[in-house]
Amino acid sequence: MDIIVFVKPVLDPDMPPAKFSVDGKTNRVIPPEGMPLVISPYDALAVEAALKVKEAKGGKITAVTLAGPFATEILRKALAMGADEAININDPTFEDSDAFSTALILAGAVKKIGKYDLILCGRQAADWDNGVVGSVMAEYLGIPSVIRAKGIVVTDGKLKVERVVANGFEIYEVGLPALVTLSSEIGQARIPTGWGIINAAKKQIPKWTSADLGMDPAGVGKAAARNQLVKLYSFSPSRACEMITGKDEKEAAGKLADKIMDMKP
Amino acid sequence: MAENRQILIIGEVEKEKLTSTSRELLGGARRLAEQMGGAVNLLLMGQAVSAAGEGIHYGADKVYTDKDAMLSDLNSDACTHVVDAVCRKIQPVLCLFGQSDLGRDVAPRVAAKLNAGLCMDCVEITFDAGSNRLLQTRPVFGGKAMAVMATSGDRLQVNTVRAKSIAPEEPKVDRKGEVIAVTDGVDASLIKVKLVESKKIETEGVKLEDAKLIVSGGGGLGGPAGFEMIGQLAKLLGGVVGATRVPVDENWVPLSMEIGQTGKIVSPDLYIAIGISGAAQHVTGIVNSKKIVAINKDPDANIFKMADVGLVADYKVVVPILIEKLKAGR
Repeated sequence: MDIIVFVKPVLDPDMPPAKFSVDGKTNRVIPPEGMPLVISPYDALAVEAALKVKEAKGGKITAVTLAGPFATEILRKALAMGADEAININDPTFEDSDAFSTALILAGAVKKIGKYDLILCGRQAADWDNGVVGSVMAEYLGIPSVIRAKGIVVTDGKLKVERVVANGFEIYEVGLPALVTLSSEIGQARIPTGWGIINAAKKQIPKWTSADLGMDPAGVGKAAARNQLVKLYSFSPSRACEMITGKDEKEAAGKLADKIMDMKP
Repeated sequence: MAENRQILIIGEVEKEKLTSTSRELLGGARRLAEQMGGAVNLLLMGQAVSAAGEGIHYGADKVYTDKDAMLSDLNSDACTHVVDAVCRKIQPVLCLFGQSDLGRDVAPRVAAKLNAGLCMDCVEITFDAGSNRLLQTRPVFGGKAMAVMATSGDRLQVNTVRAKSIAPEEPKVDRKGEVIAVTDGVDASLIKVKLVESKKIETEGVKLEDAKLIVSGGGGLGGPAGFEMIGQLAKLLGGVVGATRVPVDENWVPLSMEIGQTGKIVSPDLYIAIGISGAAQHVTGIVNSKKIVAINKDPDANIFKMADVGLVADYKVVVPILIEKLKAGR
């Protein structure tokens, strides 16, 4: 099984909301000083899923990211978890690409890699929360896709994918090659071992440019975006909170019970 | 209004009735169509065809129905094919899905096929007459920010819309509309992903999305026992139990109970948050609650910033007292 996993560096989604701020002039998020970007949590789960398939069926895992700061750190993390190779796609013409351009670039990388059975990525990146690139990439490559998976099993050259839906799970059967996006229900991503980290540090990470992928610069980047970002603003809904107090918890709880009875529909 | 801009809604049903999200989409589309000049079209696939009449009552001018056997389980390959074909036929400027299992899966694929613009999980869609553009507002960065996205030119815009974010119109039983059967056929060779097993959890009683009162627990409950306790409180209050992502990921409660960005979007009259820290990804799913009560040990928990009433306390001590007090009446 040759598996390609796409990973993206993002602002840590678990950072305190108070540290989150937007530059209203440029419509960009201001990264808090000294806070490195992390691998998007769902993408780490895609690496985990790839490792589970590899453990069962053997094969090779290639982790790929599209540019941006901390690309190398993210790829080293994937290598330390157990990926075999990593590729850093980087070209100034790729900046500000929308989901469609991104999918086009990543599909270009898939074609250049050539041999693959399975493509995995997170269900959505923890920054723009689109959940689009995987599905679109599969369309561009002409391969089937299943989104929001909690588990993948490969049997007889076919995939069985358990997918998360609003009220439960569905199991799908899909031929290979296929693209699957991973959801949090798969469980925790493994923590790299010390040996894994040492191994990862030794690996070469090739850089692929637009020319390497044979991309048309006019078809990607900001100019090709299908929707324009007009405004980005911080959103922190807040209400005036009446704090209930009492001489002890019993009294406070009693007051709260009265409040709840008043507010109860 | 010389414009003739078509809006297409991909409708969904539950128990043979339009889902609340589909009714919201029809209401929003109705108002946009009045403003932009145009008509509202509703596409119903598979079992959903039964809701054609209801679709007209809630605002559709034309209802397209496709009951091809391939659409019976809303297979994503089949639905992608049909939505793509209907869009090519009626040439809409705007195609709306709910942010549902179907919408998340099919909207991006349709947009890829039709070279369309795409905004997922929109909470607001407006038409700016001055610039002749559609403006989409959507939560990003786990709900910590909002992005307003403009559609360029006359490109088709495909959007998915978050539940509870736009108001439906009152149904009018005397509204007239046209029902058109789509009979192009879905070729079996198009189906690449095949459903082999469905493990749906049937919710008993009131659904979270429709509940007027929700008692919800987070990681702070520490385990399934905590949910039993808040379940008693919910029962006494005639409410439904919900959860944040941590209890779901820890398998304390089933996935169907998750509220937030990756779960259900709720808007009860009263939301009681117990042991919930108030991460943006959860808060984004409860912002439309009329009143919010929070109980948490940590006085600095973010949840107190968006609650109407708060109590800093250990739920294990306080909830049993609440239960006793509510049982006894005041």
